[in-house]
Amino acid sequence: MPLVNRLKRHFVVIAGLLTLGYLLLPNVVVTVFSFNKPKGRFNYEWQQFSTDAWQDPCGVSGLCGSLSLSLQIAVWATLGATLLGTMIAFALVRYRFRARGAVNSLIFLPMAMPEVVMAASLLTLFLNLGAQLGFWTILIAHIMFCLSFVVTAVKARVMSMDPRLEQAAQDLYAGPAQTFLRVTLPIAAPGIAAGALLAFALSFDDFIITNFNAGSTVTFPMFVWGSAQRGTPVQINVIGTAMFLVAVLLVLTSMAVGNRRNKQKA
Amino acid sequence: MATLTEAPPPLSPTAPTKKPPRKRGRLTPYWLLLPGLLWLVVFFALPMIYQASTSVQTGSLEEGYKVTWHFATYWNALSAYWPQFLRSVLYAGAATILCLALGYPLAYLIAFRAGRWRNLIMILVIAPFFTSFLIRTLAWKTILADGGPVVGALNTLHVLDVTSWLGWTAGDRVLATPLAVVCGLTYNFLPFMILPLYSSLERIDGRLHEAAGDLYARPATVFRKVTFPLSMPGVVSGTLLTFIPASGDYVNAELLGSTDTRMIGNVIQTQFLRVLDYPTAAALSFILMAAILLMVTFYIRRSGTEDLV
Repeated sequence: MPLVNRLKRHFVVIAGLLTLGYLLLPNVVVTVFSFNKPKGRFNYEWQQFSTDAWQDPCGVSGLCGSLSLSLQIAVWATLGATLLGTMIAFALVRYRFRARGAVNSLIFLPMAMPEVVMAASLLTLFLNLGAQLGFWTILIAHIMFCLSFVVTAVKARVMSMDPRLEQAAQDLYAGPAQTFLRVTLPIAAPGIAAGALLAFALSFDDFIITNFNAGSTVTFPMFVWGSAQRGTPVQINVIGTAMFLVAVLLVLTSMAVGNRRNKQKA
Repeated sequence: MATLTEAPPPLSPTAPTKKPPRKRGRLTPYWLLLPGLLWLVVFFALPMIYQASTSVQTGSLEEGYKVTWHFATYWNALSAYWPQFLRSVLYAGAATILCLALGYPLAYLIAFRAGRWRNLIMILVIAPFFTSFLIRTLAWKTILADGGPVVGALNTLHVLDVTSWLGWTAGDRVLATPLAVVCGLTYNFLPFMILPLYSSLERIDGRLHEAAGDLYARPATVFRKVTFPLSMPGVVSGTLLTFIPASGDYVNAELLGSTDTRMIGNVIQTQFLRVLDYPTAAALSFILMAAILLMVTFYIRRSGTEDLV
């Protein structure tokens, strides 16, 4: 039975590719249905090919506004979480101090907590303080839950760094600031970039925590959520497809740049 | 540990001049930590305290709430919503097992078999992170639609007869049934399983496989005795990264399920944002948190990787 044998030998490859298919199937559906011309309010059934939505992606009121709001929040949340998280990561890896264990668990806890718990507790805080829910409460929440992920990403990179490189720089009479800017930061940069990228993706895509703390402000995920009840415009699929393509392009270019750098080094 | 680094003796009499930076360094970690930790204390720890106090309050929205140490809220919430709690654990558990079963081959493929395709497959696993997960979850409505190709195929194979008998689906529909919710949960959290699995598989020395093969172990034995045990850290962190968020999720149950598939996240969301019964909502979310922490601690102890935390 050669076929059975062959299947057996390539079991992992076949099973892995099937999983990859499962993972990408919704993306394919989103892309295909971005070219649909639906009847009625919902875009769940294939009707007719059309490029209308691609020609007019902002044609639905509120969609592009929510998109730009989500982008703004994601950019500020990324900046905030990356700055605060990188500082914490350096402190945790480079220094021995009291309460290091306690700090580590405080960093770990937000990642080990269902989002809905954090969302609800944050809302009780804001309600008790009488805070106006909106842009600022969303931003505060996003920085909070992105922080731990940035710390973890940067920590991993800084931990694998050779401290002798910094000692060497100091032996060559580099001051602390110079050592940090010219040696430490460039080596830690890939970890910081990974953390920032993760923070951006998490913030941009967050629904659960935002839903609790947004008040009447509508971010892009909340727009999608609302449209699931009221009727989904095709433009949502256009944005989803475009986001996927941009993500693939971004990763491809960053890898190309990385490859070129490695070649230059060699 | 310290004795190792203290070993080299000072090479020159100028060694003591190195003292000032070290003295300055004593406060540096605290300055580095201060802003970030303040953020976490004010917007993560403090809210938990507010929530604890809310959960033992009584009153109404109009007259305001007062702390009356009314612990009965916990008991009432638990007795009213235990089916949703149970369902959350079952759905999240099923999704976690499915993620492990589906994710392991893919992680293995990327780590050992992909060759020059490795980067491309990695991108395809990560890229969905940057596409709105809500849009992708909504796409499952199209995929699992009544009378669609998936339902048709399952019907022809008589799979739906079995799953309906088990209570996972209803008649010849998949949408609005437990199966659809578990399918959505599995899909949404699959990357969280694949990435830690991959990073622990990648660290395994390929020569161990060769060695096992040289000792006449069959591929299945190599996997069972060498590969899988060595990938345990990835399995543990992967299962935690899928189970915890899945148990609190309410998006999949809302978009793909029905009122019969509501999970505890849905209840907390409704109580907080629609019913505005803050004490009950706070008590429910505290019970969920405690249950998760208990289960996670127990699981980490059992799997023997305490250094993970």
